[in-house]
Amino acid sequence: MGIDLPLIWAVIISFGVMMYVVMDGFDLGIGMLYPFFKDAGDRDVMMNTVAPVWDGNETWLVLGGAGLFAAFPLAYAVVLSALYLPLVFMLIGLVFRGVAFEFRFKAREERRHIWDKAFIGGSLAATFFQGVVLGAFIEGIPVVDGRFAGAALDWLAPFPLFCGLGLVVAYSLLGCTWLIMKTEGPLQRRMHTLARPLALALLAVIGILSLWTPLAHEAIARRWFSLPNLIWFLPVPLLVLLSIRALLRSVANDDQVRPFLLTLALVFLGYSGLIISLWPNIIPPSISLRDAAAPPQSQGFALVGALLIIPVILGYTAWSYYVFRGKVRHGEGYH
Amino acid sequence: MFGWEALDLARIQFAFTVSFHILFPAITIGLASYLAVLEGLWLKTREQVYLDLYHFWLKIFAVNFGMGVVSGIVMAYQFGTNWSNFSTFAGSVTGPLLAYEVLTAFFLEAGFLGVMLFGLNRVGPGLHFFATLMVAIGTLISTFWILASNSWMHTPQGHAIVDGKVIPVDWLAVIFNPSFPYRLLHMAVAAYLATAFFVGASAAWHLLHGHDNPALRKMLSMAMWMALLVAPLQAVIGDFHGLNTLKHQPAKIAAIEGHWENRAGEPTPLILVGWPDMQREETRFAVEIPVLGSLILKHSLSEPIPALKEFAPQDRPNSTVVFWTFRIMVGLGLLMIATGLWSLWLRRSGGLYQSRRFLRMALLMGPSGLLAILAGWFTTEIGRQPWVVHGLLRTRDAVSAHGVTEMSISLALFVVVYLAVFGVGFGYVLHLVHKGPQTDEGREPAHGGAGRPRTPARPLSAPEEGLDEGAPSARS
Repeated sequence: MGIDLPLIWAVIISFGVMMYVVMDGFDLGIGMLYPFFKDAGDRDVMMNTVAPVWDGNETWLVLGGAGLFAAFPLAYAVVLSALYLPLVFMLIGLVFRGVAFEFRFKAREERRHIWDKAFIGGSLAATFFQGVVLGAFIEGIPVVDGRFAGAALDWLAPFPLFCGLGLVVAYSLLGCTWLIMKTEGPLQRRMHTLARPLALALLAVIGILSLWTPLAHEAIARRWFSLPNLIWFLPVPLLVLLSIRALLRSVANDDQVRPFLLTLALVFLGYSGLIISLWPNIIPPSISLRDAAAPPQSQGFALVGALLIIPVILGYTAWSYYVFRGKVRHGEGYH
Repeated sequence: MFGWEALDLARIQFAFTVSFHILFPAITIGLASYLAVLEGLWLKTREQVYLDLYHFWLKIFAVNFGMGVVSGIVMAYQFGTNWSNFSTFAGSVTGPLLAYEVLTAFFLEAGFLGVMLFGLNRVGPGLHFFATLMVAIGTLISTFWILASNSWMHTPQGHAIVDGKVIPVDWLAVIFNPSFPYRLLHMAVAAYLATAFFVGASAAWHLLHGHDNPALRKMLSMAMWMALLVAPLQAVIGDFHGLNTLKHQPAKIAAIEGHWENRAGEPTPLILVGWPDMQREETRFAVEIPVLGSLILKHSLSEPIPALKEFAPQDRPNSTVVFWTFRIMVGLGLLMIATGLWSLWLRRSGGLYQSRRFLRMALLMGPSGLLAILAGWFTTEIGRQPWVVHGLLRTRDAVSAHGVTEMSISLALFVVVYLAVFGVGFGYVLHLVHKGPQTDEGREPAHGGAGRPRTPARPLSAPEEGLDEGAPSARS
């Protein structure tokens, strides 16, 4: 048996995208929570909890893009051109937010509110349009002769827009529980109060999406509700319910770390659900991983570099989170 | 928008975003090597001036690196969003090369950048110098991959075409394609020159404003040695690059020269200035020197170069544009050589740091390297038209099927956001330059980075200065 290159690359790219969702998710969430916290001191603390790591988080987004280009050029071309406008809005949101992050620290007091607004707007736009991209992707992308055969505004439909909203809720909860973990005192208490409604909203979003997705997409319904699949996949929705229950309890108990871990678990479960729904397609509803794969000499060549360097990036990431572990306090002088 | 087709808008968008992007990596490549030289000299001589300069340029390097990362995110997606047919057609060759470029850049950031930016007082000078060297080498490796990909689009080889798509057959042939060595050298040296003139102009500005210290003098002196020695070398490399282009992309050379037709047995003149007219198929108002074109490009007194009319009208690059972008690049190159020679003359008479006319010239030449890089890239990329992969795929077949409306919206957004965002970034760099090198800067351990608990290690957190000049530092 030879090496299954398309499968390896699918795992690498899925892993990269999940790393991105998990890590950039909470720092985008912090941007969206900013409007609820007007006090400059609170805002400083909130930003300081992610300042040391945010740029590394976006590494995974670029890696995902480049990996997709190298390993599945057809998917890279079709998906990206089909979702042109939402992707452009997302990228511009990320550019804005990234630079706002840096210049907020360097701006004069009276100018800082401009960068705050750029940070909020950029985070919100990036998150919402990421959700739209995801929703439009699930809806499926019509392909004829290896080219996108839909219309420019296909994504402007209820399902993708709802996914955009859903991701805003999910990232906000990630940001909120991250801040529960990283802050203390009054700021942390306010995060605790915010976490409950956000968790309930996320429960509603997950519930609606779990009904809407199979109802609107027959293939996905068949994947989940036919036997024996139903039994194999049943743990996913059950674990979602258990996690939400545990999350609500841990928020009520003023736990420090557990809410964040449980939210991560929820995100991971949602992501698994997505992969279960779409596998083995890389351009739903009809183009599979193998159809879109680059020839083995391309995938093999790029794999050498990826296998050498991804462990280094992972090690560095783990190390920087380790260095910055613990609570962030008011007036703590790093930026 | 202005009667343009979606294809035109896509080309403008790519040109706009990549032109913005290239400025940051160019300075990053140059400064990384400059910093390695400064640190090496400091370790060798232990003169404080080198260390002061190291700390000064390190901050500017950090801001540049950060801006390059942010503008690079857009580039990683643009091949798919705007040039999807190119990505489908050629992705199995250019995709892995681009992936290697990205991986190299991240490897640097993960491995050595943090040590370089924040570690001098923590890891010891030897190890720190090693980190600086690795970053400098790494930027060149990144250049290697991206230029391999670009050069392959100019002179493709090592591939087969199966089912209407490119398949790599021999990676070594793909990477070391005929134009690659010339383009790599030309670009790396251009980055060095652009940085040298930026550094020189920074010193000249301070000297003109009556600030004077050994660090500023050293900066100017080093930059001008670089100009003197490397600008002529670049002309030679450019000449070889041109001969290579003549061999592989003759239409590009004919367009650059505004050369329309050959009469039997006559050598080609060199048109100094003129207005190549694509409709009338002639270069109007031409001022030319007989035989010189043949002499430069064929090293012969009689052999003509290919003429534009030998190519079908739909296969001709736009001569009006590349004729002029090429002359802008060469003109700037000649000015760089002249600046270098002038500096040598002043060194002999001892007036290098005093001559206001020379310092004003050095200041004006500050952006020359970056402008020449842009002009050169416009020449080579527009000169490849109408092809995106020379001889294999036309640009109009490579573009995604977007409408004019979407393209106009996205282009307008990119223009507004880039000007705002990178305008502030560029202003910040100028602000740092304006502050100038300080004596004994960086003797205290840096405030951030590895080894100190709970401090950030991002490139842009290296400089502590605020955004606005004269404001009290308003950091949190």
